Amino acid sequence: MTRYLLRRVWYMLITLFIIATFSFFLMKILPGSPLQAEDKLSEEQKAIILEKYGLNEPIPVQYAKYLGGLVKGDLGVSFKFDNTPVTTILIDRIGPSALLGFQALVVGSILGIILGLLASIFRNSPIDFSSTIIAVIGTSIPSFVFAGLLQYVFAVKLGWFPVALWGTSAHTILPTIALAIHPMATAARFTRTEMVEVLHSNYIITARAKGVSETGIILKHGLRNALIPLITVLGPMAVGLMTGSMVIEQIFAIPGIGEQFVTSVMVNDYPTIMGTTLLFAFGFIVIILIIDLLYGLIDPRIRLAGGK
Amino acid sequence: MKKKYSWLLALSLVLSMFLAACSGNKETADDDKKPAEDAPKVEQTLHFINGDTIPSMDPGMVTDEYGIQFTAAIMEGLYRLDEKGQPTEGIATKHEVSEDGKTWTFTLREDAKWENGDPVTANDFVFAWRRAVDPNQGSEYGPYMMGGVIKNANAVNKGEVPVDQLGVKADGDYKLVVELENPTPYFESLTTFPTFFPLNEKFVTEKGDTYATSADTLLSNGPFKFSNWTSTAQQWELVKNPTYWDAKTVKLEKMTYVVVKEAQTAVDLYEKGEVDRAGLSSDLVDQYSTHDDYTVEPDNSVFYIKMNQTRNPALKNVNVRNAIARAFDKQALVDEILNNGSIVANGLVPKDFVPTPDGKDFREVSGDLMKFDKAEAKKYWDKALAELGTDTVEIEFLGGDNEVSKMMNQYLANQLSTNLPGLKVTLKEVPFEQRLELDTAMDYDMQFAGWGPDFLDPYTFMNLWLTGGGNNQMGYSNPEYDKLINETATTLALDPEKRFDNFLKAEKILFEDAAIAPVYQRAGALLVSPKVQGVFTNQFGATYEYKWASVGAEE
Repeated sequence: MTRYLLRRVWYMLITLFIIATFSFFLMKILPGSPLQAEDKLSEEQKAIILEKYGLNEPIPVQYAKYLGGLVKGDLGVSFKFDNTPVTTILIDRIGPSALLGFQALVVGSILGIILGLLASIFRNSPIDFSSTIIAVIGTSIPSFVFAGLLQYVFAVKLGWFPVALWGTSAHTILPTIALAIHPMATAARFTRTEMVEVLHSNYIITARAKGVSETGIILKHGLRNALIPLITVLGPMAVGLMTGSMVIEQIFAIPGIGEQFVTSVMVNDYPTIMGTTLLFAFGFIVIILIIDLLYGLIDPRIRLAGGK
Repeated sequence: MKKKYSWLLALSLVLSMFLAACSGNKETADDDKKPAEDAPKVEQTLHFINGDTIPSMDPGMVTDEYGIQFTAAIMEGLYRLDEKGQPTEGIATKHEVSEDGKTWTFTLREDAKWENGDPVTANDFVFAWRRAVDPNQGSEYGPYMMGGVIKNANAVNKGEVPVDQLGVKADGDYKLVVELENPTPYFESLTTFPTFFPLNEKFVTEKGDTYATSADTLLSNGPFKFSNWTSTAQQWELVKNPTYWDAKTVKLEKMTYVVVKEAQTAVDLYEKGEVDRAGLSSDLVDQYSTHDDYTVEPDNSVFYIKMNQTRNPALKNVNVRNAIARAFDKQALVDEILNNGSIVANGLVPKDFVPTPDGKDFREVSGDLMKFDKAEAKKYWDKALAELGTDTVEIEFLGGDNEVSKMMNQYLANQLSTNLPGLKVTLKEVPFEQRLELDTAMDYDMQFAGWGPDFLDPYTFMNLWLTGGGNNQMGYSNPEYDKLINETATTLALDPEKRFDNFLKAEKILFEDAAIAPVYQRAGALLVSPKVQGVFTNQFGATYEYKWASVGAEE
């Protein structure tokens, strides 16, 4: 197990290195420069400023310097926010995004599981059909449409929740719902499909024959096995929430990292772009690792290679 | 055994999800103590929306709208723009200009103080201005605003002479002597711009790299100060600065700001009474144009089509350019596509920007120099086709790639090819940065572009089209135009009447040559609460002036 973990961590580092390299060079292809008054300065004036920021050096040199900083945990200083280290920006912004993403994931997957479970138990009933319809709507309509709708109905018209901004837990409710709809739909679909399949498998028949109660069959034998595929999609879902909250953050004027990421790309704030990319990548890799580990715990049939 | 164990884990996983959900809510519930929206209304407090964070509060480094806006609110330079957009007393009470117009001596007030009690002295200006052009500082606006204006600014920036050779000296604590490269009639208005603000050397040096990154590392000498702000903050407050020399004039006690980028959200917050001002995007204008609080705020940015004479031979022909410049309906464009109060531009210098020496608006005196006129356009076009000996001309149109730009590009291309038979317009839509690169490389035929003023003088627009000018980039050259404009900055610099005559003449020449095709002058549509009083809109620099603002009787 330890050896497995160590190997995984090593692979993670290599992946991060590759991502850092790729995004560094991709970023250099972005048109324009980090200068903000680009249309007003003369070529000579531009050159003086680029030199100050070390942007006149050959790209391989810049790359080496960047990697050097990275090893020391230094993500550099933002070009847009004068004198503000990228780490400060990331720390400032990750909180609201993480909270929203987490709430949405929890709310979405729990509601989705319940919905899927009901649909599978009452198969081909009105409950099943409405659950399917909800799932289809949830997957096909983008979350920002829901966001606008929720904002209009529950904040502007009914006045139950704040229109936008950040601060109290009441502020998190509408964005959380808007974000949760997609994970909910996904979870509902997966749970239903898996449950239907599991409930037909031999061990369920055995359990029935042994006289296990229906609740016991569904919750203990059925749901547990049906959840495994759900765990697989939970990871990408979590990452999707991390990045996908961008538009939601903008609509509800939430000081999150997604919104910050878009802005930094628009103004060519290289250090911030790199920092945010690496943070997302890191989050993704860690989530994948956690999921792989969870597999073994949830389903004893899945065993790690070389594990005992 | 093993099986049971893993089942427990799975259960606890699900359970922990519930628990985490609960604790997550609880954690934030503690913040419920002071709901922002229900705070009791304090007298003389205004609530505003900002379109983005403030990336920099270092007056020497700011380049963006918000940095300029807020440095101007918490700091003060030699002068400040008043209600009429004219420079009025700031840290300086008066100034004298030498015979040749090149030496300006400012008398500073002795009761101006920094927030920490230090007096604001001439040395603070010397320190700040040297810092702005110091190549080690890496300021963008420093060399841009001071280069060619203050003596040696360019040489200092290039590192050719030491910074102490910059043409600014302190004569005692309260006299500032500025030497200019050329007589600069608009220098007074330049001193209201953040790049020219003073800095407290001791404070700035002590804070080093952390200077101006948070409320604690800023030092105010203006009407307001931050009560809380960090460079990535999405909400902040400005409060009245009691140590400001003219604090008795400042009525407003507090301004709160939140960052909202979505126009619909901004309007919703406005309708809920949470903010006192909200910008309207063009899709919202129809819905709110009958609202009691609807206003249109003029802006001095002018947009036009540049016609590059170096790539497509057709555009070298003056009749082609004359035809194009007259061949599109601008009124329909501002009404239907922009729909935000923007007005048609029939010249280069914007409306209500600068008065002529006898007090009339420059635009009014200069008149409509390039109007939409289908018949006239057709006449020029037929003549042009005959001269070119062809009946079809193909021209590329370079424009922006955001939603509104795309609509405009398509509209303009359609108007041109409809009204000028035989003209084929191909669109090329690229992001702003890329458009600038193509502009610099002069790799385009026609380009949709715009310009906002950097100081209060027609020169800020007129110098764009000097032969070889850094922003010309379209091969326009007319020696007569060059002569007229150069005279305004040299021999005629001290003669306002003749100077403006030159500007008027030059603008006529520009449109006789049909160098550019003016399209529109930008404006913004807003909802502004009637309780917002005394907030002035500036002609350049900081968008709003809050020094004289107050909360009106309403509400």
